[in-house]
Amino acid sequence: MKRAVRTGWRKALRSILLGLAVLAALVIYAYGFQVTKVNLDEVRSERRQTQLVRILRALAQPDILTYPEEEVTLSAPFYMPCPAVPPQQREINPRQPYLLVTPSCVEPGGRAQVEAFNLEPNADAIIFLVPNSEVTLRLDTLTTDASGHILAEVELPERTSEAEQAIRVVTRQNVGRPRFSRTAYDTWDKIIETVFLALLATTLGTLIAVPLSFLAARNLMKGITISALGLALAILAAPIGVVIGSWIASRLVGWTVSISGSTLVSLSGAVAGTAVAWIVTRWALPPVELAPPPVPVRLARIVALFAAALAAIIGIASISQVLIQAGRAVEGWLPSLVFLGKFVGDLGDILQLLLTGVTALAAAGLMVSLGGKLSRALVVGLPRLGLRFAEMIASVLAGALLLALLGGAWEWLYQVGRPDVTLYLPAGVGAALGLALSLRYGGRDAIPVGLAVYYLARTIFNGLRAIEALIMAVVFVVWVGIGPFAGVLALSLHSIAAMAKLYSEQVESILPGPLEAITATGATRIQTIIYAVIPQIIPPYISFTMYRWDINVRMSTIIGFAGGGGIGFLLFQNINLLNYRAASVQMLAIAIVVATMDYMSSALRERVV
Amino acid sequence: MLSVRQLTKVYEGGVVALRDVTFEVPRGQFLAVIGLSGSGKSTLLRCINRLVEPTSGTVVWGDIDITAAPQEDLRRIRRRIGMVFQHFNLVHRSSVMTNVLAGRLGYVSPAWSLINRFPAADMAKAIHQLERVGIADKAHQRADELSGGQQQRVGVARALMQDPEIILADEPVASLDPVLAHSIMQYLEKINQEDGVTVLCSLHFLDLVHRYADRAIALNEGQLVFDGLPKEIDDRRFKEIYGKDAERVG
Repeated sequence: MKRAVRTGWRKALRSILLGLAVLAALVIYAYGFQVTKVNLDEVRSERRQTQLVRILRALAQPDILTYPEEEVTLSAPFYMPCPAVPPQQREINPRQPYLLVTPSCVEPGGRAQVEAFNLEPNADAIIFLVPNSEVTLRLDTLTTDASGHILAEVELPERTSEAEQAIRVVTRQNVGRPRFSRTAYDTWDKIIETVFLALLATTLGTLIAVPLSFLAARNLMKGITISALGLALAILAAPIGVVIGSWIASRLVGWTVSISGSTLVSLSGAVAGTAVAWIVTRWALPPVELAPPPVPVRLARIVALFAAALAAIIGIASISQVLIQAGRAVEGWLPSLVFLGKFVGDLGDILQLLLTGVTALAAAGLMVSLGGKLSRALVVGLPRLGLRFAEMIASVLAGALLLALLGGAWEWLYQVGRPDVTLYLPAGVGAALGLALSLRYGGRDAIPVGLAVYYLARTIFNGLRAIEALIMAVVFVVWVGIGPFAGVLALSLHSIAAMAKLYSEQVESILPGPLEAITATGATRIQTIIYAVIPQIIPPYISFTMYRWDINVRMSTIIGFAGGGGIGFLLFQNINLLNYRAASVQMLAIAIVVATMDYMSSALRERVV
Repeated sequence: MLSVRQLTKVYEGGVVALRDVTFEVPRGQFLAVIGLSGSGKSTLLRCINRLVEPTSGTVVWGDIDITAAPQEDLRRIRRRIGMVFQHFNLVHRSSVMTNVLAGRLGYVSPAWSLINRFPAADMAKAIHQLERVGIADKAHQRADELSGGQQQRVGVARALMQDPEIILADEPVASLDPVLAHSIMQYLEKINQEDGVTVLCSLHFLDLVHRYADRAIALNEGQLVFDGLPKEIDDRRFKEIYGKDAERVG
């Protein structure tokens, strides 16, 4: 009995809660209606409906085909008012188009019947009154019937003249076969641009997102820890490496460019540089090493590797020179292949730009690893107290450097102009933080630097992903100007963030077994990634890249709305010009291309994965 | 000589997987590690090559303290300890050859393996090891096209590529039928006897322990509860190891 009462109560409570939920939903949707200004009167209004019909009709008639047109003009003499001597009847050939006006003269403001024969069937015909001033007056517009006949009664304006006037009928008729319209050609050009825009953005995005995705994979980053001393030395060493690396690279590239005046010189530079780099690297990095080599050999190897790096920089700079020169040569010889020459030249240019950046990064990496080696040597070699002391000093310096650099960025962005706020204060705070960290984590391999990088990468990717490519395009348009290049950059940036996140989730979901097995063989972290991780992620990576290519094609169709080039630019223009028949062509093109890409990528995905 | 002293592993979240485990393995011994699932066998084997970081205690191998070795020395230590897994842990989409060659990763220069180049000697060695386990004809197939028994043979070949002095086998035959189980165990026995490789092998079935092991240790809830000859495991000992409700099978 008691239980029955309780269940009854519970049921009632449930009903009340349900009622409240329905009520809450009602309020939410009511507010939604108000906020989004749902207006049914507008939907029903006569004026709006006529407009809608007009647009729909225009959209239903895409301006794809045109016919070459020919104007046929028929003319008949006409008098207003009637002259004293009645005008003579003209000769009429009943097989040719001809025009009859009855009567052939009226009093001002009178009416006349206009009849024409043997015109093009179903063509537009315009009836004019042509006074002798030749300022034509349109009287009527109509369409010829299936036999090319028109009959109209026109009211004549008061244009009196003693002289002969004329009634003229002008028809436009399509002659010959249909041709693609100007709009169709423009649309074709732009849709090609759109597809290539998506292609470049996807390629660029993939190239950059793949390596970054490993940084955002928890299972790879979790295990990486570093001692406070190692971290501090790495932070101190990295900027030094960047400075040294970019200095060396820019010097060497500049020198290579200055001596490679002719293709022969740069070609030999390219061959010699890469050959020397390859041979020296082969000597300095023996394929198998059973025991650590003696110190002199190690030193010699370091020197050799450094020389190899210099040779490689010269070699690559020469290659880029060769490319640039080859590009120019192609442009000179084969004017029809100018775009190829320009592409090759641009490749050389990009290579030169990348070379400096990559060298700077590589030097930074080298310095960081040297810092790590130094810290481990110190951990082994120094007495405990000395170690703690060294650690504290390094941490203080590193903290100060890091925050001073951040302060520099702050100064650059906001132009505060007060070094005490943007330099000394951050440096002081950084030093204090470094000290605190070294006291907290000192002595052990305890700072989870891998996880820190993981969270940082994830945060950046999520932030970038949240900004739509359309908005990024606005910034890039300011930088590189309106056009597809801005669209490529914007879509690339968005693709990098989106794909790096998707890829890293794939890395996180790989089987841990092979990872464990490869680690157990003594493989380094990079070897583990190459032998255990990459084989597992290739299918999902390919699949996601194709999916992204799909998305990029769709995005590139509207990136033009923000000035990013592609077909969207044309569509946006035509919509603003109320040229809906042209806009309709572009919409059709977008639909066809997106659907085709969709189908192709899913078919390919099925085959590859 | 491998000596494990007072090894303790407490996982994050407070699960005690190993508690004060101490034992020694002389060079060339075939040691079986037995115990229920979850008794800490896998953790024990993984603490020896530090796939799992022990919480406290030491593992000393010859004159090397494995537990104190810094990361870069770990590479040189691990490459001489082969490992065979219950689920084979092959890289499915790679070829059998690549899987076997992966056993040399601890030896080859990382820079060259980046572009997938192995010395010719290693290639020959890989073929030889595949011949030794009888599947040289499968060298260029994808690993996941092989049957379970064949995959485990690839796993053994991969471990052999390391020129190991110790092989850690973590329930190597638990996913195989009895006939295949014996064939894999015979490979391990052969490696143990012909090459003098120390084998630490965790096993579920006592008949396998009796047939192949020189000595057995048993874990129960992370503690060492038995250390002796396999034939010494009588019914009383059995109940100590597996709990009083357990019944012998096989």
